Amino acid sequence: MIAEAGHYALVLALGLALIQSTVPILGARWGDHALMNVARSTALAQLLFVGASFAALTMLHVVSDFSVVNVFENSHSMKPLLYKITGVWGNHEGSMLLWVLILALFGGLVAAFGNNLPLSLRAYVLAVQGWIAAAFYLFILATSNPFLRIARPPIEGRDLNPVLQDIGLAVHPPMLYLGYVGFSISFSFAVAALLEGRIDAAWARWVRPWTLVAWIFLTLGIAMGSYWAYYELGWGGWWFWDPVENASLMPWLAGTALLHSAVVMEKRNALKVWTILLSILTFSLSLLGTFLVRSGVLTSVHAFATDPARGVFILLILCLFIGGSLSLYAWRASALKQGGLFAPISREGALVLNNLFLTSACATVFIGTLYPLALEVLTGDKISVGAPFFNLTFGPLFVPLLLAVPFGPLLAWKRGDLIGAAQRLMAAGIAALIAVAVLFAWTFGGATLAPLAIGLAVFVIAGALTDLAERTGLFRTPFAVAIARARGLPRATWGTAFAHAGLGVALIGIVCETTWNSEYIGTMKPRDVATVAGYQLKLDDITQRQGPNFREMIAQFTISRDGETLQVMTPSKRNFTTRGSSTTEAALLTRGASQLYVSLGDTNADGAIAVRIYHKPLVLLIWWGPVLMAFGGLLSLSDRRLRVGAPKPAKAARALAPAE
Amino acid sequence: MTLWFVFALMTVAAIFAVLWPLSRGSSAQGGGSEAAVYRDQLAEIDRDVAAGLIGVSEAEAARVEIGRRLLAAADGEPGLPARANLGLRRGSAILALVGLPIAAVTFYLAVGSPRLGDFPLAERTRTADASQPLENMVAQVEAHLEKNPTDGRGWTVLAPVLARLGRYDDAVRAYRNSITHAGDSAERRSDLGEALAGAAGGVVTAEAKAEFERAVAQNADDPKANYFLGLAAEQDGRQADAAAIWQGMLAKSPADAPWRPLIQAALARVGGSTVPALSNDAMAAAKDMNEDDRGAMIRGMVDRLATRLKQNGEDVEGWLRLVRAYLVMGERDKATSAVAEARQAVAGDAERLRQLNTGLKNLGLDG
Repeated sequence: MIAEAGHYALVLALGLALIQSTVPILGARWGDHALMNVARSTALAQLLFVGASFAALTMLHVVSDFSVVNVFENSHSMKPLLYKITGVWGNHEGSMLLWVLILALFGGLVAAFGNNLPLSLRAYVLAVQGWIAAAFYLFILATSNPFLRIARPPIEGRDLNPVLQDIGLAVHPPMLYLGYVGFSISFSFAVAALLEGRIDAAWARWVRPWTLVAWIFLTLGIAMGSYWAYYELGWGGWWFWDPVENASLMPWLAGTALLHSAVVMEKRNALKVWTILLSILTFSLSLLGTFLVRSGVLTSVHAFATDPARGVFILLILCLFIGGSLSLYAWRASALKQGGLFAPISREGALVLNNLFLTSACATVFIGTLYPLALEVLTGDKISVGAPFFNLTFGPLFVPLLLAVPFGPLLAWKRGDLIGAAQRLMAAGIAALIAVAVLFAWTFGGATLAPLAIGLAVFVIAGALTDLAERTGLFRTPFAVAIARARGLPRATWGTAFAHAGLGVALIGIVCETTWNSEYIGTMKPRDVATVAGYQLKLDDITQRQGPNFREMIAQFTISRDGETLQVMTPSKRNFTTRGSSTTEAALLTRGASQLYVSLGDTNADGAIAVRIYHKPLVLLIWWGPVLMAFGGLLSLSDRRLRVGAPKPAKAARALAPAE
Repeated sequence: MTLWFVFALMTVAAIFAVLWPLSRGSSAQGGGSEAAVYRDQLAEIDRDVAAGLIGVSEAEAARVEIGRRLLAAADGEPGLPARANLGLRRGSAILALVGLPIAAVTFYLAVGSPRLGDFPLAERTRTADASQPLENMVAQVEAHLEKNPTDGRGWTVLAPVLARLGRYDDAVRAYRNSITHAGDSAERRSDLGEALAGAAGGVVTAEAKAEFERAVAQNADDPKANYFLGLAAEQDGRQADAAAIWQGMLAKSPADAPWRPLIQAALARVGGSTVPALSNDAMAAAKDMNEDDRGAMIRGMVDRLATRLKQNGEDVEGWLRLVRAYLVMGERDKATSAVAEARQAVAGDAERLRQLNTGLKNLGLDG
């Protein structure tokens, strides 16, 4: 009964989504409040039913009901409880159900907390959400139904892909989906604005929290996924420019651009049409990501199953929503009123520059990801576009962006003073130059670019601090006054500083990891000692152990440095009988932000084992950076104040450029 | 019956969600408005000035700007009075009352299985008995062996059952364990070889051939090993060798040996068709087929192998089998494209790539 009730709840959610997508629009069109309010109650009821459906599927996984195909194919009775639960979304059908659950969650949140929205706007927004939801319910029920049954249930399931049997599965997909799907709200707001034909600064005020929430989760989701790949796949790499990774990076780049352009819109009522376009593009890229990962176009650890029917269905959804919204945009955007004016050198100008670089970077990733696929479809040739392409295109786009980052917050709205900003950034620049000089001296004859890149990172971090110092008047006013001012600063300002500093922190990690990474790859026998970056790793013993649903070969290493024993590391190799596959569990030793990484390879006939040992200096900064960014986002989100972009009054007549 | 009661409750809840706002009429207030946002912004400026966050002249400029927006918003505010559109409301109510349940139940009946109850595992293992299907017993034996992997007798019992169920990869593992823990023998080696060939869709791979050779080394007259060695020769295109092996078998075997007809059929085939041969069971099934059906059957096996490799491309042996099968069927284009796909699939792994290239060289393709 649990399975069937869950199934029926999903069907009812589809029915409610269809009503939610039509009735409120009629209401908004004819000005009937009751009809518009239908959007609210149906969105909440939809959340209830999808939630029930998801709970039912989770229950089925927990009790190992193998009469459900989805449970049979992806679960095993001896799996630990945590993986029984995370296994719900560790497969195609379940992950799509999580997708719509989060979609319904966001719809429900708008319905529940959107009291400050004009009634008609809320009706339109929820109706657009209803369209998206209905399309995906249909997709799930027609091609990837998690509630299909087997009349004569087998006694044991086929187990979950061992690589996914990890705590990472509990965190990474929900976070990423909260990000992907969260952007559906800004999309719905954009389409609603186009349908209504009205848009202004208030719109940006209303969309702000939703975009921020989505962005925070997407940032954390990507970082988490990267860390997971780093410790689980056994090669110590954290970013492969894999199409699936790119699929998540593209919405992040577009979403970051959206976040910044929405600030201009909220504060200065400018860049309106562009912001609408970015909202549409960001969610379109999220959908594209879903398509790439879920259709089986790409084979990777993310593609759980391939089925042409699914690919075609998602492609249809993709065309319908992206094509539809862009046509609507082309048709209605010209009707929207243009916004305020500003000079090229101004906060607005800096944010436009930011948008320019971010969207170009996004376009680069887009081409690098889709060109090989398109070529394969058209000509059948298989080419691979890998790290060299992205390093050569993405890198040069990000360098000027990072150089410009510290300037943005220091420029005034409407018309800024570039020379003044440069003077105030002098200290940050000097700090960067010192960092470069010290590094050059220290690594004499080593990599040339690395010290420069770290100098850039220091500049970004110091620039963020300069902004704070300027605003609080640190060094200019008595310390107590500065502290008082710091308390009075809007939390959004703190958020900006944290997020920008996070960018620099991540860059330091990336440069250090790629440049000064040292490794030892070879075979070792018990009592052999390997030396990597000053650490001695002694292989003590290799033992076997029986886990709940796997057998494990554990190697025990004693780590010492300068004769002092630090810790014992136990990397292992797990063998999963049901799927007949194995995983490597790397062992990590964290010292500050640096890590020692040991993973096992195959055993030889003579008892020696292949080992890969890496010393990765400051590698953790790669993920601390995004965490800082997300924290900045959180600070900004908690800032419930309204934002006002106070422009400097014009001193002399000066040519003003139109905003769009 | 409870199930339908639950369905009815859920449907009522869904209908209620639509009807409730309709019944409330226009009494609800009109929600927020843009003007409210701008008024709040003006208040915000006053607070910022008081806190010394922005200068007085800047605040003045901002006030002017927001004031302009406030006026525009007040102008543009769609002066829609709450109009009750009774026709549309009735339409929506009917849609919810009639359309929603009918659509939901119709859709559900098309995809759901309302007659099927729950099967939580805990309850099912309690009522286990002899009448349960073979798969369940296999699963229980497998669970037992998972915990006691050195039980050689268990593996020996399990292996042929797995092979019969068509789970060749598992059968291979089971035979290997059986050989490790219950001792080596000619029969077990040739059974292992047969399972390997079964996993390869009927192609006697180098790996399988090695097992048959080990079996023959222990017992030169082992019929299964000899038959498959002949088959391997036939698949390699050495028809004469195949015929010699089989003729030798016929000469040595007693007149009532059950495999004689199979060997005779195989002998008759040598020199004729060059289809990749099948395992014993499949061969028996294929005997009754006409040429087209047999072709379709082989094609099915090859396609299954190709699909499996698409999903898991790390299996170098599998790729070699696939390429070889295409070559045997005379489809050189497909073989070439399979080679390309295989290279791409294992490109990340130098060791596998090397194995693949050696294997391809052995097949007579470029290395």
